[in-house]
Amino acid sequence: MNNYNLNHLKELESEAIYIVREVAAQFENPVLLFSGGKDSIVCAHIAKKAFYPAKVPFPLMHVDTGHNFPETIEFRDKFVEEMGVNLIVASVQDAIDQGLAVEEKGFNASRNGIQTVALLKGIEDNKFDAAMGGARRDEEKARAKERFFSHRDEFGQWDPKNQRAELWNIFNGMKHFGENFRVFPISNWTEMDVWQYILAEGIELPSLYFSHQRDCFIRDGVVMFASDVMERKPEEGVEKMTVRFRTIGDMTCTGAVYSEADDLEKIIEEVAATRTTERGTRSDDKRSEAAMEDRKKQGYF
Amino acid sequence: MSGKSYLDMELLRFSTAGSVDDGKSTLIGRMLYDSKSIFQDQYDAIEASSKKKGEANVNLALLTDGLRSEREQGITIDVAYRYFATPKRKFIIADTPGHIQYTRNMVTGASTSNLSIILIDARKGIIEQTYRHTFIASLLGIPHVVFCINKMDLVDYSEEVFEKIKKDTEAFVSKLGIKDIKFIPISALNGDNVVNKSENMDWYQGGTLLYLLENIHIGSDQNHVDCRFPVQYVIRPQSDEFHDYRGYAGRIAGGVFKPGDKVVALPSGFSSTIKSIDTMDGPIEEAFAPMSVTLTLEDEIDISRGDMIVRENNQPNITQDVDIMVCWLNEKPLQVRGKYAIKHTSNDVRCIVKEVKYKVDINTLHRLEDDQEIKMNDIGRISIRTTKALFTDEYKRNRNTGSLIIIDEATNETVGAGMIL
Repeated sequence: MNNYNLNHLKELESEAIYIVREVAAQFENPVLLFSGGKDSIVCAHIAKKAFYPAKVPFPLMHVDTGHNFPETIEFRDKFVEEMGVNLIVASVQDAIDQGLAVEEKGFNASRNGIQTVALLKGIEDNKFDAAMGGARRDEEKARAKERFFSHRDEFGQWDPKNQRAELWNIFNGMKHFGENFRVFPISNWTEMDVWQYILAEGIELPSLYFSHQRDCFIRDGVVMFASDVMERKPEEGVEKMTVRFRTIGDMTCTGAVYSEADDLEKIIEEVAATRTTERGTRSDDKRSEAAMEDRKKQGYF
Repeated sequence: MSGKSYLDMELLRFSTAGSVDDGKSTLIGRMLYDSKSIFQDQYDAIEASSKKKGEANVNLALLTDGLRSEREQGITIDVAYRYFATPKRKFIIADTPGHIQYTRNMVTGASTSNLSIILIDARKGIIEQTYRHTFIASLLGIPHVVFCINKMDLVDYSEEVFEKIKKDTEAFVSKLGIKDIKFIPISALNGDNVVNKSENMDWYQGGTLLYLLENIHIGSDQNHVDCRFPVQYVIRPQSDEFHDYRGYAGRIAGGVFKPGDKVVALPSGFSSTIKSIDTMDGPIEEAFAPMSVTLTLEDEIDISRGDMIVRENNQPNITQDVDIMVCWLNEKPLQVRGKYAIKHTSNDVRCIVKEVKYKVDINTLHRLEDDQEIKMNDIGRISIRTTKALFTDEYKRNRNTGSLIIIDEATNETVGAGMIL
């Protein structure tokens, strides 16, 4: 008698493949949001698996804040070329230049908030009716309430109190003209699942995730990369530190962690032992208790 | 976690049912805390919030209440999903609130669960809500139900109290046809029999709740008998390398498929043989639920999304007349003679509601044949006729091919959850 059991990674993978195929079947013009971070890399890998041996039938879109780590952009371009799909870049700089968004001022200025403007413009300009992203429910408390298929009105906004019921494995992508969906194929994955899957599948990642030496300074207890785009206060001295990044956002809001973990096995051990959440180094979430919920309502993903 | 031990971990999805005061949030908090699944910054954040509100203890419910209005009102509005893992299993908890929209949320959380935890307050014994929770668990076909008799510390850890509740519960559960039930005496507040074995209840020989969650047999929860493959998407690479490739992508909804199997495509009825079962990691020798794969067939036949590939000698019901138990999810009541959209497996059809046979009083389980109005949170038996035939199995036999959702065509909202009889 065979044992008809899948291990947890295989079951999560199967669920995610099912979701991605459902998007391709139910929508006319979907897109996969790609930030160059590990979650969107996993989503792109899942998409490849979902349509093999055919090519992925939708483009990738990167919301470029202009403040990305150079390593991320380099990785992105190589990744897209190997995957053989189109890349659309929705530029925050363009949105600022066109007067659609206003840059924040001061030491903690970040383009994270106005990313939403570029994202929504990218969706509108390209007439996308579904945008898939690598957000996970375990990341943040507002995201814990997200559906797999998240309905957005014609302004791209999320109404958490009026979400569609989502039962079994049946996903309702029906919508009125002009509305769109955000879809999260890896909703049920945890940070640990993502790392274990990356190891099991041999998925390549940007070098930022692995321990390296870098010029950094400390702000509000968080280790920040001393890049050109961040203004430092006089007391914020720059030092060479041995660090890696647990998440990759843009340089102004993504903190690093001290780490010697230079391969996947070591990272998994580190993640298993760590006592803070992954987004603990993200200053964009710390602006208020409901920072993520508020951004999501405006159209963030 | 070291080495590759995680490659042997299984996934268990469970839901928790309970009302405000029976300690559900405390139980979840206890499980997460004792299994070291709460992060320090999460704990610090809820500790600070609890203090700000002047609460004496750290309120573990704040972990699951993620929305601003939930925290303001101190209630849970929506199903919240929580995750934790032990070296043996990864767990997904669907935490369903006990207040408004109760049935709607519990049905949603239960629809994907292998197991349901139902809390009973040891001081109160079985109450109306216990019937309701158990009925919904049985209706949604949850294979395993664990009754946690909570607050044992408040009844002096009495064996008689536990045994009496157990006997009473067994008496009414026997009518509901739940496959597997278990009873555990616990104190969520003090941690007895949650993660660690209680030192106060020597008379209880069974395992702790976590032990049970880690070891309960879930391999038979999927149907591995009736072969059902709803076609989700057709893969045609149209590249030089795969010039004539035509693959049918989907997630196995039941049974075990192997290359060489004789199959029939529905609704056309054309027969063929499975040529290969493909994945990006290479072809595989067999596929079973819930795997996502791509099938290729020996013969070129016309198959598209919404069709179903099955075995010749074991076919589903092919019918336009479907009787279902429906749970209504919307403020606008079910309209008899009303038209709705239906999603069933990968099929999209429309339907008309022919009649309401009866409504169920979910507290007493009585059939109300005179009350025909199905409103939000109501459960009832209805007959529908669809525009196109569906390929169905009884929900009890297969949750994938026995479930459907009802959609309001004006608002596009999911308004009903149907279990096929």
